[in-house]
Amino acid sequence: MKPRTLFEKVWDAHVVRRETADTPAVLYVDLHLVHEVTSPQAFEVLRERGLRVRRPDRALATMDHSTPTTPGAARFAIADAQAAAQLRQLEQNCQDFGIELHALGSEGQGIVHVIGPEMGVTQPGRTIVCGDSHTSTHGAFGALAFGIGTSEVAHVLATQCVLQRRPRTLEVRVDGRLRPGVTAKDLILAVIARIGVGGGSGHVIEFSGSAVRVLSMEERMTVCNMSIEAGARAGMIAPDDTTFEYLARTPRAPKEAEWERAVARWRQLPGDPGAAFDGSVRIDGEALEPMITYGTNPGMAVPVGAYVPDPAAVSDAAARAALEKALRYMDLRPGQPLLGQRVDVVFIGSCTNSRIEDLRGAAKVMRGRKVAEGVRVLVVPGSRRVKRDAEAEGLDRIFSEAGAEWREPGCSMCIAMNGDQLAPGQYAVSTSNRNFEGRQGKGGRTFLASPLTAAAAAVTGRIADARELLT
Amino acid sequence: MEPIRRIVSRTVVLPQRDVDTDQIIPARYLKVTRRGGLGEALFADWRYDKDGKPRSEFPLNDPKSKGAQVLVAGANFGCGSSREHAPWALRDYGFRAVVSSSIADIFRTNALKNGLVPVVVDAAVHDRLLATPGIEVTIDLDTRTLGADGIRASFPLDPFARHCLMNGVDELGYLLEQSKAISEYEEAACAP
Repeated sequence: MKPRTLFEKVWDAHVVRRETADTPAVLYVDLHLVHEVTSPQAFEVLRERGLRVRRPDRALATMDHSTPTTPGAARFAIADAQAAAQLRQLEQNCQDFGIELHALGSEGQGIVHVIGPEMGVTQPGRTIVCGDSHTSTHGAFGALAFGIGTSEVAHVLATQCVLQRRPRTLEVRVDGRLRPGVTAKDLILAVIARIGVGGGSGHVIEFSGSAVRVLSMEERMTVCNMSIEAGARAGMIAPDDTTFEYLARTPRAPKEAEWERAVARWRQLPGDPGAAFDGSVRIDGEALEPMITYGTNPGMAVPVGAYVPDPAAVSDAAARAALEKALRYMDLRPGQPLLGQRVDVVFIGSCTNSRIEDLRGAAKVMRGRKVAEGVRVLVVPGSRRVKRDAEAEGLDRIFSEAGAEWREPGCSMCIAMNGDQLAPGQYAVSTSNRNFEGRQGKGGRTFLASPLTAAAAAVTGRIADARELLT
Repeated sequence: MEPIRRIVSRTVVLPQRDVDTDQIIPARYLKVTRRGGLGEALFADWRYDKDGKPRSEFPLNDPKSKGAQVLVAGANFGCGSSREHAPWALRDYGFRAVVSSSIADIFRTNALKNGLVPVVVDAAVHDRLLATPGIEVTIDLDTRTLGADGIRASFPLDPFARHCLMNGVDELGYLLEQSKAISEYEEAACAP
């Protein structure tokens, strides 16, 4: 048999009908994650056609995108009537179609890409979809996980399958060891800066190499989460002992004899020696620096100590125009240093960086320090579970004593649908995944960075190199 | 869905590359439970000023753009989120095709499911279309060609998607017909 990559093994195991020249493959979905924003119209299709949910046991829903994160907010006491109606609709849909829901206020609630892994339903070798592009996060476990649109949400609800053409594969190999103060977020920002926001288009990325092997599960999730920001269909990392140790602690992972069988199966998933990728990129992990974005897409990123690029130095006309437009929006001058740039808001959260390790990192920088005057700092844990764990360690007190807001879980200022948002013209250092125009609030300006860099900005009021605060 | 065979229309040109779905429809418009009526929100932050008045310099607000059904956009159109609200908004506004030199994966998939034809052309044709806003183009699904004054370009279109578009068939119907194969797969229980 031809040597196969991790992706090929997972794909092959889920093909219900092979693709032909005329028809795409019918691919089986093991786990369907559902949230309030991209599902209502899908359930509407089911009702219109009189269809049931084929496998409600393979669906799992939560509320995250438009939920308030205000401390102590009563359930559904939401000022925004439209958001409240959408949340109620999800509750109704889950009730009518028999889907497990972790609603606002319940103990299992949180960002969909945080709760799946922490519950242990995100497992190696599974196919996982969700009406959300950051579904790529789950690839950290060696699952094939990708975002789908609402029409496809209806497809999966009704048939447990999606129609797919087989994507190509791209290996991103990072060797060497990340230096202290350089995080998984910096690694993935460097990858996107290198291959571009369309560089992974049509491909599933597999991250490999010694720098990736030593990453924790939280760090691997950060890396795979932002695969979509390079335009990739999915990101994957081969499962190993780190994966199994994480899963062993989760409530819904297989138990006892079933666990042993599962681990034996999962050990077969890593790519075979000699398996070929359609493309390959190599990155020296040792050379990576803390990264920060300066523009309006995640590919516009440089080391934190670098300068804002000059459009005059860009030869391609479309790229030059894009850079000029981005700098106009960001109100930054070519050649200005990023270090020292004033900041109004710091957001620590999102499906990219809201897990316990992310909060520990931010707390390490903020411990015993105060939030700089005039800066608003929001720390938004990814789930109720992360919130409880952080509070048990006393991280909440470190943030609160520094003067940061310790909030309830949700997507919050990453997508700014819930009232947590920037005012026009404000600058934010954000641990989220998108610095698109207006993403964090109309007219708001985003610098994407790691939790360490964000925490450094919180206490200095400026873009800073966190390594100088960690010594 | 209404079958689509040919689209004949003038173009509107949005030359920026990497237009993301947050620009196509900002997230604050996603709190809806229906798919209709989103055309008003299309490109909202580029189209309207802070008082909600149309910005005259934005291409969609040019009186000459009125009624145009083909959007010509810069490379990597539709990158970012999976929100199907993006093609819903484009369709509701009146667009029936998007032409670019590359179109992001999830957006393209979503567009195909909503009668919005994604047309990817080579860089030379793309440059000419970008340089001639308002030109009349003919997009023919049968021959998979885009024609205009002095331009004739073929574009890739998945045969299955093309069949669905040209016959007004939706993919859910096809998937529901696979029920027996899906049951057999489930029974074989190879899904971990």
